[in-house]
Amino acid sequence: MSGKGEMEPVGKIFETRELNVNMGPQHPATHGVLRLVLDIDGETIVKVTPYVGYLHRGIEKLGESMSYFQALPLTDRMDYVSAMSNNIGYCVAVEKLYGIEVPERAKFIRTIAGEMSRIANHLLWLATHALDIGAMTVFLYCFREREWILDLYEMICGARLTVTYPRVGGVRNDVQQEFLESLWKFTDEFPSRILEYETLIDQNRIWLLRTKGIGVISAEEAVNWGMTGPTLRGSGVPYDIRKFMPYDAYDKVDFEVPIGTVGDTYDRYRCRMLEMRQSNNIIRQCIEKLPAGPVMADAPKFTMQPKDKMMPITHPTKQHAFFIKEKACKGCGMCLRACPAKAIFGEKKKPHAIKQDMCLGCATCYVTCKFKALVIVPAGKGLSDEKLAELAEAPVPEEITKASEYLVRQFEFVKKGPKVPEGEIYVATEVPKGELGFYFVSDGSAKPYRMRVRAPSFVHAGCLPRLCAGHLVADVIANIGTIDIVLGECDR
Amino acid sequence: MDIIWSVISPAQLDAFVKFCINVLIIILKIVVVLAVGLLHVAYATYFERKVIGHMQVRLGPMRVGPHGLLQPFADGIKLFFKEDIIPAKADKTLFYLAPVIFMASAMVNLSVIPYSQNFIIADLNVGLLFIFAMAGVGVYGIFISGWASNSKYAFIGGLRSSAQVISYEIAMGLSLVGVMMMAGSLNLSDIVRAQQESVFGIYAIPQIVAFIVFTISATAEVNRTPFDLPEAESELVAGYFTEYSSFRFALFFLGEYIAMFIMASLCAVCFLGGWSLPWYITKYVPFINYVPGVVWYLVKVYAFIFFYYWIRATVPRYRYDQLMAVGWKILIPLALANILVTGLVKILV
Repeated sequence: MSGKGEMEPVGKIFETRELNVNMGPQHPATHGVLRLVLDIDGETIVKVTPYVGYLHRGIEKLGESMSYFQALPLTDRMDYVSAMSNNIGYCVAVEKLYGIEVPERAKFIRTIAGEMSRIANHLLWLATHALDIGAMTVFLYCFREREWILDLYEMICGARLTVTYPRVGGVRNDVQQEFLESLWKFTDEFPSRILEYETLIDQNRIWLLRTKGIGVISAEEAVNWGMTGPTLRGSGVPYDIRKFMPYDAYDKVDFEVPIGTVGDTYDRYRCRMLEMRQSNNIIRQCIEKLPAGPVMADAPKFTMQPKDKMMPITHPTKQHAFFIKEKACKGCGMCLRACPAKAIFGEKKKPHAIKQDMCLGCATCYVTCKFKALVIVPAGKGLSDEKLAELAEAPVPEEITKASEYLVRQFEFVKKGPKVPEGEIYVATEVPKGELGFYFVSDGSAKPYRMRVRAPSFVHAGCLPRLCAGHLVADVIANIGTIDIVLGECDR
Repeated sequence: MDIIWSVISPAQLDAFVKFCINVLIIILKIVVVLAVGLLHVAYATYFERKVIGHMQVRLGPMRVGPHGLLQPFADGIKLFFKEDIIPAKADKTLFYLAPVIFMASAMVNLSVIPYSQNFIIADLNVGLLFIFAMAGVGVYGIFISGWASNSKYAFIGGLRSSAQVISYEIAMGLSLVGVMMMAGSLNLSDIVRAQQESVFGIYAIPQIVAFIVFTISATAEVNRTPFDLPEAESELVAGYFTEYSSFRFALFFLGEYIAMFIMASLCAVCFLGGWSLPWYITKYVPFINYVPGVVWYLVKVYAFIFFYYWIRATVPRYRYDQLMAVGWKILIPLALANILVTGLVKILV
C-alpha cells in the first residue's frame, strides 16, 4: 500500500500469474480444429493467440499440379459447409481466365445454387452459434431446414455435401421441373421457419446479454482488418460483391444488403438472419425468371463435352469391337501400357493384337494410338480376328467417326487440359462467409503457375485476438461463432 | 430359556424386540428409498431425453426396448464396463474421493424428505437446515474433483461451480426463511402440515416472491441451464468432471440427478404443500382424498423436474459475471425484502 491511500492492484501484491489454457485443436466449440491459447486472469481474457494449420491439405499447391478444371473438386473440400458457393467462386474465376461466357440459364441456376448454399451455411452457423451460447433447441431446428436444402441438392446433382455441381462454363446438368417445384415449396415455407428461430432467441434476454456489446468492432477497424461478408456488414459497411461486382445473375435480381449499426455480435447475428430472407427472395426471383436454353457454354475448347456425344463408341450396349490393323501398327507399346484390362498382347516392334474376350470397350487404346492403327469395328463382340480384319477394311460409318473425334478431343482435354494465355487474375465472389478470392498466375500452360485462395475464414480468424481482448472466457466462444469460420477453408 | 431370563427381563426383551422392529422398518424404508431413488435417476435421464427430444422435433431414445424404455439400463451397463481412466498427474486419493463425497452428500438428503404423511426415514427437526448443510458439503466434491484432476478445464469448472453454488445457496436459503417464518419450524413434515392449515393451502401463493427466487436459485444450485456454466460444454468441455470416466463419471451423474430430485422435493414440500392438496380442492372434490399422498407429492416433484427440462430446451446460457450479478444483485435483495415483508405481515396481522 502506498501512503497516499491508493490501493495497489491485488495482482502486484500476491504476484499472481495468468492461467495459460490451451483451447483446441480438439474442443467442442472451436468449429473444427482451431487452436486458441488463452491467457486468462480469473475469467477475464488477457490474451488470445489463434493457431491455424491443423487442417492444412495443401489445396493451393495441389491446384498447381492439376489443370484448371481438375482442381474444381478441391474447392468443395475448402468450405465444406457451403461447397456450392466455393465451386461457383472457382468457376467464375476460371471462366474469366478462359474468357468464356456462361449461358443465361446456367447463370440463373448457379445463382439459385449459390443462394441455397448461403441459406444452408447461415443455418449451420446459427445452429452452432446458438449451441455455443447454450440454446440447444435452435440447433436442431436449424438442422431440420438444412437437411431439407441438402435433400434439394441431392435432387439436382446427387450429392449432398461436396457437390461439384457448378462446372467451368456452366453447370453439370440442367435442373428438373420437379426440383424447381420442391424448391419453390421450400421458399414458401422458409420465412416462417426463420421466424421460429427468432422466437426462440431474438428477444431472449439471456441471448441479448450474451451477444450485445460483445466483440464490438467499428466500421473503420473492420475494414482495416480485412473483414468481409456479414462479419463486416454487421459493422455498418454495405460492402457486398454481389452488388458491387455482380457475377452470375446477381445484376438481374433485386435484393438488399442488410447492415448493422454497432458492429457487435448481435448485429452480425441480425445481418445473417436478414440475409437468409434476402437469399430466399433471390431464389424466388430466379425461379420466376429462369430462362430456357443450354446450361453449358458453347466453347468446345474449354469445356468438357457431354458424354452422350461419345456414346456410339463407349456405351456398353452398343458393343463395338476395337481392332488393331496389322499394317499400320508399329509396335510402340503405347496401347499395351494404357489398356486397363491388359487385353492387348504383342512384342516390341511387332504388330500387337487385342484379345477380344478380355476387352472392356473403354476406347483407351483408341485414343492412345498415334498411328491410327486402331479402328472401331461397328460389329459387336464375339467375332473372330479374321472376320474383324475383313470388316476393318470397310469404311467407317459417319456416326462413329464423329463420336471418335469427340472421344479424342475429350481425352486430350482430360489428359492435358486447355491452354490459357499468360497473365494473372484475381476474381472475388461473395460466399456466405465473406469474400472468397481466387488468384491465378498463368504461365501459358494448362496448369496454374500459382493458385492462391483468399479465404475469408483465415482473415477472420486473425481478428479473434482483437475481438476477444478484455472479454470473459465465455465471450471467446461467442466471438468464434460470430465470425463464422470453417477451418477447412481457413487452413486450405 | 432360564439363561436368557437370568440376563434380561421380559420388559427389556420387549423393548429390544420393538427396537429391532424399528430398525428393520428403517432399513426397509432406506432400501425402498434407495431403490426408488436410483430408479428415478435412471428414468429421469430417459424422461429428460424424451421430453427435450420431442421439444426439438426428434424422437429421443427409441432403439433399446419399446420406445427406448430400457435405454437407462443400457447406459448404466455401458458406464459400468467402461475403462476407468485416471490422469497420470492427478492426485489419486482426492480423485477417488471427490465423486463419493458428491454423491453421498446428495443421497443423504433423501432421508429427510417427507414422501408421504408417514413415510419419512428421519423426521429431523432441522430437516431444512440439514439439506442446506449437505448441499454445502457437495461443493467439496465438486471443488476437490476440479483440483484433483490436474486439468485446467476441470479446475476452472470447479472454481466456477463452487462460487456459483455458494452464492446461490445464500439466495435459496434466504428465500426459504419466509417459509420457515410462516411455518414456524424447520421440520419438513411440520412445514407441510402448516401449509395444510394455512389460508391458501400452499405457500407458493403468499410467498410468491420467495417461490420465484427459490425456483431460480434451485436451478443454479444443481448446475442446470441457464446456469450450467460449471459444465458449459462449449467452453469447458465438461467442467469439473472433464477427466472422469466410467463409473466415477456415473457417480457424478447420479449425484446431479439426485440433487435435482432433492431440489424438486424441497420445492414441493416448502411451497406446493408436499403430499397434501389445498383444502379448497379437497373440499369440493372429496373423492380425491382416496388418492395416496405420495402420488400428489410425486406429481409436484415431476412437474418441477419437467420445468427444469423445459427451461433447458428453451434458453441459452448465462455468462459467469452475469450469473453472479443475477444472484447477488437481484435474487438476494429480493429474498431479503421478502423476509422483511413476511415479518411485517406476521407482526401486523
